[in-house]
Amino acid sequence: MTGRRLREPGLWLLFSAGGTLAALFLPVLAAVLWVAPALGWLAAPAHDVLAAAARSVAGRLFLTGLIVLALFHWAHRFRYTLYDGLQLYHLNQLIAVLTYGVATVLSVAAGVVVWR
Amino acid sequence: MNPAYRRHHPKWYRARMPIFWWFRKAAYFRFIARELTSVFVAYSSVLLLVQLRAVAAGPEALARFTAWLHLRPVVALHVVVLLALLFHTVTWLHLAPRAIVIRLGRRRVPDVAVLLGHYGAWLAASGLVVWLLRL
Amino acid sequence: MPQTVTIEIRRYRPEEEAEPTWQRYEVPFWREWMVLDALNYIKDHVDGTLSFRWSCRMGVCGSCGMMVNGNPALTCATYLETLVPGPVQVEPLRGFPVIRDLVCDLTDFITKLQRVQPWIVRETEGTPAQGEYRQTPDELAAYRPYAMCINCLLCYAACPIYELEPGFLGPAVIALAQRYNLDSRDQGREARMDVLSEHDGIWACTLVGECSTVCPKHVDPAGAIQRYKLDAAVAWVKALVLPRSGR
Ligand code: SF4
Ligand code: FES
Repeated sequence: MTGRRLREPGLWLLFSAGGTLAALFLPVLAAVLWVAPALGWLAAPAHDVLAAAARSVAGRLFLTGLIVLALFHWAHRFRYTLYDGLQLYHLNQLIAVLTYGVATVLSVAAGVVVWR
Repeated sequence: MNPAYRRHHPKWYRARMPIFWWFRKAAYFRFIARELTSVFVAYSSVLLLVQLRAVAAGPEALARFTAWLHLRPVVALHVVVLLALLFHTVTWLHLAPRAIVIRLGRRRVPDVAVLLGHYGAWLAASGLVVWLLRL
Repeated sequence: MPQTVTIEIRRYRPEEEAEPTWQRYEVPFWREWMVLDALNYIKDHVDGTLSFRWSCRMGVCGSCGMMVNGNPALTCATYLETLVPGPVQVEPLRGFPVIRDLVCDLTDFITKLQRVQPWIVRETEGTPAQGEYRQTPDELAAYRPYAMCINCLLCYAACPIYELEPGFLGPAVIALAQRYNLDSRDQGREARMDVLSEHDGIWACTLVGECSTVCPKHVDPAGAIQRYKLDAAVAWVKALVLPRSGR
């Protein structure tokens, strides 16, 4: 129980921070980058604009924060959805290792892509 | 007569929770739908990464990525993604005032004000992105 | 002239049957009747073997909670007329073991309630000669909504997590713990934190939110749990940053 007591608040903070960033920024990003250009509502952002935004220090910090936290938001929520929604209590450990594990691996990948 | 019954020994009945309990009530179903928006949040993060890689690889790679975005099934998928992300945003912003209690002096700031503040932040964030990407 | 309505009651008579069964009753009713009045009519005039709990008939004792048409409700505060082209289905509260008919065993709630010490805890008790612990109206307002709980347990019946995880403390217990945590006269926050911050405490909650929807006293237990999560997380960060400060 003590181990849990140490872990849960931290995981919940990651979940909440990720949920907030995702709520604020993902809809507009999805609309502007993926949906609107494909539907012909907006021109796709030009390569040099995207490249400049992705290469600035502020842009890199923001993208790392957004992607990593959003991934941990998913890991936490999805873990509980599997756990309660499908009543997989006996698989608790496995589910936790898989969800947070996937989020960690993808976060490392995000670090490499964003800071390379 | 219930053969398992013994006088003075209580024989409780315990209902079992069905596996698909979230179909039992509209509110439970909405809850599961809200939780599953996290899958679309994760998908968006990964897609963002893929796009960033394409941007780093140069204009041709980005053009290939954009061409992929224009495929019919991909467009349909991303419309669903966008709707799920909007559902996440709206449910998330509405839950925030429940956890956050802000006090100004001795008064508690009313939930409506906290909620409006959150919507304002969403608007500002969206505006910022649109402005930064020069759209 | 009274109207009539069909009431279907989930009956469980352990000496006769291993599983609950439905029983139908035709009941006359008047405009101002609550579901509880119909149950009492059945008990008095139709079938004296029907068992259920009630006491105050005015929404303050919290003993008449049942599932009405699948939703947790105080039967003394639910007008029959609003349910009229029946049949009206009445079942025992969900999530608790059924003793008989509409009567549940609530021991689990009482045991968990005691674990969070729902009373004012002081490091050193004052003596009566020192007078009462005083409080301003603002300090009262900080916890007052949580003090309105009548232990009707509708929130437990609405909570899928309580049904899924029998160890979960549940909405009202956590709201009542918050009621004392937020009381300016109380000093038991630390002691309660140990119970509340276990996995079966606040962290099992995934904010389905139905507890707050069904609460007849507008206690908002879901909000209480979220506020407590935020507090616990802030305390956790403080302990990380300043490992030796107090805690
Ligand atoms: S919190 Fe509300 S629903 Fe739950 S026991 Fe108290 S009064 Fe009843
Ligand atoms: S009988 Fe007391 S609350 Fe309904």
